[in-house]
Amino acid sequence: MPYGPHTAADREAMRSALGIASVNELFADIPAPARAHGLDLPGPEAELTLTARLGSLAAHDRVDLAAFLGAGAYRHYIPPVVDQMISRGEFYTAYTPYQPEVSQGTLQAIYEYQSLLAELTGLDVVSASHYDGATATAEAALMTVRATRRERVLVSRAVHPHYAGTARTYLDGTRLALETIPTTADGTTDVVALERLLADPERPVAGVILAQPNVFGVLEPMAEAARLAHVGGALFVAVVEPVSLAVLAPPGAYGADIAAGDGQPLGIPLQYGGPYLGILAASEPLVRQVPGRLVGRTTDVDGRRAFVMTLRAREQDIRREKAASNICTNQALCALAASVYLATIGPHGLRDVAALGAARARELETALAAAGATRVHAAPYLNEFAVHVPDAPRVHAALLGHGVLAGLPLARWFPDDPVLADALLVCATEVTTSDEIEIFAWALGEVRR
Amino acid sequence: MDVREGLLYTDEHEWLRIEGDSGVVGITAYAAEELGDIVFVELPAVGTRLTRAQTFGVVESVKAVSDLFAPVAGEVVETNPALAASPELVNGDPYGEGWMVKLRLSDPAETAQLKDPAAYGEFIKAG
Repeated sequence: MPYGPHTAADREAMRSALGIASVNELFADIPAPARAHGLDLPGPEAELTLTARLGSLAAHDRVDLAAFLGAGAYRHYIPPVVDQMISRGEFYTAYTPYQPEVSQGTLQAIYEYQSLLAELTGLDVVSASHYDGATATAEAALMTVRATRRERVLVSRAVHPHYAGTARTYLDGTRLALETIPTTADGTTDVVALERLLADPERPVAGVILAQPNVFGVLEPMAEAARLAHVGGALFVAVVEPVSLAVLAPPGAYGADIAAGDGQPLGIPLQYGGPYLGILAASEPLVRQVPGRLVGRTTDVDGRRAFVMTLRAREQDIRREKAASNICTNQALCALAASVYLATIGPHGLRDVAALGAARARELETALAAAGATRVHAAPYLNEFAVHVPDAPRVHAALLGHGVLAGLPLARWFPDDPVLADALLVCATEVTTSDEIEIFAWALGEVRR
Repeated sequence: MDVREGLLYTDEHEWLRIEGDSGVVGITAYAAEELGDIVFVELPAVGTRLTRAQTFGVVESVKAVSDLFAPVAGEVVETNPALAASPELVNGDPYGEGWMVKLRLSDPAETAQLKDPAAYGEFIKAG
């Protein structure tokens, strides 16, 4: 049976009650260039023809490249059991079920996800997940504002610019201010500047946001930044890369009140930017400021273990404009993938993944330095770092011709910074091979010749 | 239903007890019973200036989340610190230990617009 919520008569009755000539009048506030003007679709084609055409389009994808691009999304080995599990009919939905009577499996899976991420971040509460790292970071910024009743958020320049940009979008049109903390020459956040920004008694700060590792790949003085934030009465938000937490101190250990990040490295393939997985974790006193939903464990009337959605009362479908956030959903399938991935490789496996990536990155640094491309920043890194390559954008394009995806020309994201005009941000993980590193270093020498 | 003498009431089921130039605010026994088990009370910062009928906090029960409205205009001079750890005090003793905020009244004449116990008793009986 086709699902149509309104009959033609229903629509006519609503149209005349509203006193409008056409439904299009309801969209008059949307600027004309932003409106859809019909879909210009070609006619139907035979399956055989279509398959051949899509196949030839897919052949344009470069899957043969030695890839050193990270910059927020990371290649990792994904055990086949992850796809096997998330493809099961019982799980194969992105939707979160409300009815515990029929959804114990899915609810338990979300609960497991929350528990695993709580362990990884060292924090007490983890939301059932958000859209991606950028939206989770924006929600974290808003949490600090609600919890402190202050209106100013400081975000490090070395937080991923897409995350900071998304937070800026969320805060746009409100009284809230988002200000940038500068960085120093070694690639880390300028804590002296942070202290100065926090010192203005007229404009108290709600939250301070730093990333670990930061967008340049280097390690930040998180404990010191957290301490300064707390002295200023602000909350501290750590933007994290989850695999790194196997070898770096977890946010809970250095005093972060909130952790946000993208869960893509946990068993979710690189797929044109999404769908990914937004991680949001917080300390217990902030539990009622956590937007979205949480799954909790309880007992049913017969005393059996049961899983339910809990603390939902602040969501938009109940609280309307007073909701903590407009998010009323989560990335259940991606969260499941993360849970299966973590459960499969285990804590030792995750440590191996992180450590192997760091070792490969060290190998990469040595090889590139020998080819004349040395590091931009002096601070320690984990598995991603920036190197100086004169004429970086051209070299980047030329390397593609040699089958090398040479990371990201940082000038794209920091066009006004002369130091980064000739910088490539490169990354290695456990799937990076010594052969690939050798090819990169060799090709770099070739294109610079 | 327990409606206390000596207090003033709003249509939103808050009560106000005048103490000199200040007033203590909470929610009525009727409101607490209607909400059910209260699990969280969110209160404003001391120093917040409220206008009459402005939202000053949120009370969350197992089945609903409701706003709290200022019965009269005033500045928050004290909030009940016990409610953070023991929100159930609102159910157990709504007119006593379950109090929420203390206001320094901006305009004591506004209290004339509130209901006396008899009028509030009639109001909740009428449903």
